[in-house]
Amino acid sequence: MAIENLPLGKAINLGLRQAMLNDPKVILMGEDIGTLGGVFRVTEGLKQEFGADRVLDTPLAESGIVGSAIGLAMRGYRPVVEIQFNGFVYPAFDQITSQLAKLTNRHEGAMQFPVVIRIPYGGHIGAVEHHQESNEAYFLHTAGLRVVSPSNPHDAYWMIQEAIASNDPVIFFEPMSRYWPKADVDTSASNFPLHASRVVRQGNDVTVIGHGAMVSVLLQAAEVAATEGMSLEVIDVRSLSPIDYAPILESVRKTGRCVIAQEAPGNVSLASELAATITEKAFYSLEAPVLRVAGFDTPFPPAKLEAIYLPDSDRVLDAVDRVLSY
Amino acid sequence: MADETLDPMVQFLTPEGHYAPSASAEEFLPYFQRLTEADHRKFYRDMVVIRRFDTEATNLQRQGQLALWVPSHGQEGAQVGSGHAAKAQDHIFPAYREHAIGMIRGIDVVDIIRVLRGLSHGGWDPTNPAYNNFHIYTLVIGSQALHATGYGMGINFDGATNTGNTDTDQAVIVYFGDGATSQGDVSEALVFAASYQTPQVFFVQNNHWAISVPVSTQARVPLYKRGEGFGIPGVQVDGNDVFASYAVTAKQLDDARSGKGPSLIEAHTYRIGAHTSSDDPTKYRTDAELESWIARDPITRMEAFLRNSGAPQSFFDEVHQEAADFASDVRRRTIELPNPEPASMFNHVYSDPHPVMDEQSEWLANYEASFDEQGGGH
Repeated sequence: MAIENLPLGKAINLGLRQAMLNDPKVILMGEDIGTLGGVFRVTEGLKQEFGADRVLDTPLAESGIVGSAIGLAMRGYRPVVEIQFNGFVYPAFDQITSQLAKLTNRHEGAMQFPVVIRIPYGGHIGAVEHHQESNEAYFLHTAGLRVVSPSNPHDAYWMIQEAIASNDPVIFFEPMSRYWPKADVDTSASNFPLHASRVVRQGNDVTVIGHGAMVSVLLQAAEVAATEGMSLEVIDVRSLSPIDYAPILESVRKTGRCVIAQEAPGNVSLASELAATITEKAFYSLEAPVLRVAGFDTPFPPAKLEAIYLPDSDRVLDAVDRVLSY
Repeated sequence: MADETLDPMVQFLTPEGHYAPSASAEEFLPYFQRLTEADHRKFYRDMVVIRRFDTEATNLQRQGQLALWVPSHGQEGAQVGSGHAAKAQDHIFPAYREHAIGMIRGIDVVDIIRVLRGLSHGGWDPTNPAYNNFHIYTLVIGSQALHATGYGMGINFDGATNTGNTDTDQAVIVYFGDGATSQGDVSEALVFAASYQTPQVFFVQNNHWAISVPVSTQARVPLYKRGEGFGIPGVQVDGNDVFASYAVTAKQLDDARSGKGPSLIEAHTYRIGAHTSSDDPTKYRTDAELESWIARDPITRMEAFLRNSGAPQSFFDEVHQEAADFASDVRRRTIELPNPEPASMFNHVYSDPHPVMDEQSEWLANYEASFDEQGGGH
């Protein structure tokens, strides 16, 4: 075992570096990712180590970055694209959803498009508009994409490497608010496959489900609940598309109660899909309706209101109380 | 609309088919001069065959055999000339009307039919060596410009161009129309191509109409100048002169593969037919305009040149017979094309195994089988 205590951003940095060492076709593309190392410094030092032909400070044009990454993938490269902030991905929407996602299908399998698109996402950082969105639902709805999101440094280190190794396009949502807290990373082994969901805290009364930064909120809620005699089982979804339902359904069949939490607006979202599928597949185990705790169906508010907008442990526990009172 | 009289186009043949190179044609003359009489006849043959194919496909659509057809009638000069200019190692990124170029590069044109009959989204495999790097069509206007540019970046990173060996050095050429020049992706491709000095030619077929909107709405400055602000030089060519299209494209591709970076070609041509079989051009353009372009038709121009050069009637008879045979073969094979299997919609959505595809394809198979068990059909 090789354990390092790292922040999530640095874990991704090391994962990218390892992938670049393993495969000379892995190249990084994005705005300010080279000389500066990215606005979050996730790619710091990589241009210096691998050169300007493998870490590209691209022109400032998201569609251009993703579209040219597609051409590079046709040429046999495995581009890893950084979108600087969540709300800046939309100029690339055609290239991601109509081109990248569908090109393997359009080629009837003759070409593969192993492109990773890294998107820093989520709130809790007090930023201006377009910088704190959780816009994963747009990509979950698109066939041909895989969508994942790590919640902790160990997963981040391994999941970025597994995403790069995937022969399919992967949208990689990085929880910005988790870039800095440190945790142990075992760099000797990955303990879960890319598309596995994972029980991160065992419990018996209510299953609480989330991804990315929300997992920390759920663990905090579980701590509080424990002091009040309630036992929450916490599941980290990890893979938003496809979803690994086996651990989720197993848990819900045990607890009979389920709360799903996310920062994204609830309307037509990951939580909607999870709730529908859990209801379909574990209906006779449920003692209460599956509840969603989500961002409101509004634009992400100005930063001074984000603490109200974003689900916190109190809002999660409020939902836990409601499913337990059925 | 751009006034073509202000900036003379590269032209070798007058609309009447007389050899009379324009002043701007001079630097491209060596590329014209290396063509043999057999090449001239090949160019003519290809234009006639693809027009006959286009007519046949239009008829097939009218008869309900195709969901849609995208006519290339009128643009054969721009396409056949530039299509022959590319070398075997070059990569070609078409829009969706470049049937002649596909044929020249060796794809089976029935694969184009497969797309427009509703059997396939792609049609052919551009990695098949027999197809000489002719990539699949892109229907979202202009998106392919970025794919071509990214591909060109990869050529540079691989060191696969500008080595001095023009038989192996690679270049890319991307096709799009006058309408596409308004798309952000085309401008972004010009930015990236300039930044990374891709070995690339941007080939604009200005057929003067983006469905119903004239080129004057897309651009207030001639399109061949569109690249200048990006640092990409442009040249305008009479796209209905197959020699001009050939010579200019061949030179620009040679320049691209010898480290001179990207360039842009505007080929003036005209969409004699409709945008697609769903379109009605009589609603937005005049008979007089159409007739003025029919008078500049690329095929009649080339026929006049060949007749003046001594080509016998038997040559023309043979070409027309070949075109008719080609078209009837396409018709026969189109009607024989099998429908795809329902389960095929789950294929190649992902390259790696995917549980949702497995689950849904299994569900569909069971659902379909349930009708058999009930003893009925559906």
